[in-house]
Amino acid sequence: MDTFIQQIINGLVLGSIYALVALGYTMVYGILGLINFAHGEVVMVGALTALSIVKVLSGSGLPGPVVALLGLMGAVPVCMALGFTIERVAYRPLRNAPRLAPLITAIGVSIVLQQLMMLGWGSTYLSFPQLFSAQPHSLMGASINDLQIMIICVAGAMMVGLVLLMQKTRIGRAMRATAENPAMASLMGVNVNRIISFTFVIGSALAAVAGLMVSANYSIAHYSMGFMLGLKAFTAAVLGGIGNLAGAMLGGVLLGLIESLGSGYISDLTGGVLGSNYRDVFAFFVLILVLVLRPSGLMGERVSERA
Amino acid sequence: MLKVRELRVSYGGIAAVKSIDLDVADGELVCLIGCNGAGKTSTLKALARILPAHGEIRYRGDDIVHWPAHRLIGEGIALVPEGRGVFARLSVAENLAMGAYCREDKAEIASDLARVFDLLPRLKERAAQLAGTLSGGEQQMLAIGRALMGRPKLLLLDEPSMGLAPIMVQKVFEVVRSVAAEGMTILLVEQNAKLALSVSTRGYVMESGCITMADSAAMLLDNPKVRDAYLGGE
Ligand SMILES: Nc1ncnc2c1ncn2[C@@H]1O[C@H](COP(=O)(O)OP(=O)(O)OP(=O)(O)O)[C@@H](O)[C@H]1O
Ligand SMILES: [Mg+2]
Repeated sequence: MDTFIQQIINGLVLGSIYALVALGYTMVYGILGLINFAHGEVVMVGALTALSIVKVLSGSGLPGPVVALLGLMGAVPVCMALGFTIERVAYRPLRNAPRLAPLITAIGVSIVLQQLMMLGWGSTYLSFPQLFSAQPHSLMGASINDLQIMIICVAGAMMVGLVLLMQKTRIGRAMRATAENPAMASLMGVNVNRIISFTFVIGSALAAVAGLMVSANYSIAHYSMGFMLGLKAFTAAVLGGIGNLAGAMLGGVLLGLIESLGSGYISDLTGGVLGSNYRDVFAFFVLILVLVLRPSGLMGERVSERA
Repeated sequence: MLKVRELRVSYGGIAAVKSIDLDVADGELVCLIGCNGAGKTSTLKALARILPAHGEIRYRGDDIVHWPAHRLIGEGIALVPEGRGVFARLSVAENLAMGAYCREDKAEIASDLARVFDLLPRLKERAAQLAGTLSGGEQQMLAIGRALMGRPKLLLLDEPSMGLAPIMVQKVFEVVRSVAAEGMTILLVEQNAKLALSVSTRGYVMESGCITMADSAAMLLDNPKVRDAYLGGE
């Protein structure tokens, strides 16, 4: 089996998930200049909601992909409502407060969400039922299974959809205008508060999908799973250039590849001293490198307004 | 059309606009002139509701002082802000589409777009270009075109001549004049007093937050105080 190709495939799967979550960070940052550190918890709520639906339905004889779809149909609206509520309750009252205030609030929201979900779902690791055939297909000397194919395709389709929404629709144009200059956008008749709510709702929908994907991919879900995933997706957003949509997608996929290739080869590179359980190190290594070498990220340049 | 009474604006306790009165009748082109820091921009921003203000702003009879900014364009008020405020990362065409954001009448929007391109032909050539890459003069044209796309009844213009070469200033003022000739009501803020008064019917002079003179444009142009302070003593 070709390890390199295999790690590329694993990296693309992981990267697709990171990209979906990174988009949520970057969209909110682009419009509010705020890092929504509770976003990882929205992914977790999506995962646990989907898990409960999937568990109930998996004994019903419905085909796996249908069960997954129904899980999404439950998790997506729950996360949309959650994202909407977080913005209204936690961030909007602090719109004009010093920057540190919403950041601290975000951490508070994270803790509250984790504790609430722990009360409902317990503190043990929950296994996520297998919904897709585990039978691998061989591809260029490596293997890929149905779930992995689904993750890449669905994530890709959602990203294409998001780009179309942003570039081709009236509301997408209003979102871009608001991100650039909220006061001017409001003079065009854009209800800026509504655009901000919409941004949170869209980001949270992507997070719900990512939540189901990540727990299906690792066959596991847990009340604290959002923390690490959130940090990595945030890293991906910074890597791509926070505030930049294409950057978040690129950063997500790159980070997935780096992590996957890194953990695949780390044992060879270090003569067996470090094993693939050090996989989480790569994200933070990347974060530090980006912050030191290129804080604006890979695609972070901006067209400046000329006087 | 516009009747302002005792309008006050302050920034954290420092008064920038100190209780001014101002009127603009239907179809008039009125200018507000004054030196740097007189409070002209603050006044326009307050009228456009992007700055909190106290007092009374009557627009066609309604007191709009507490309206949210996003309601104004639908009611017919558009602002071309100081520094243009174009959306740099949107194309010229998208900027113009933002101007018509509140409108549903597709056919009418298309005909207004054709009219704007007629008035400002440069924008048509540059339709696909990002607004941030336009020259300063082109950005000013775009800001005006974008405001016109909302079909305003009252146009607020903040220093359209700022930072432009004389030839571009002439062009911008030609546009202002032709828009006014079509019957649009305009409140024009300018430091270039001579030019502003030459296109206006009436003018107000603002000094450190207060309106110190109000008269017809011709009278202001003849007024020795105005000549000394704002027209270079000619
Ligand atoms: N955001 C702000 N915070 C604090 N003070 C401000 C702010 N904006 C304006 N000011 C002050 O308010 C006063 C009026 O400013 P304003 O911009 O309205 O003047 P202006 O007449 O438009 O001047 P210019 O011709 O230079 O554009 C000035 O003293 C200015 O320093
Ligand atoms: Mg000014």
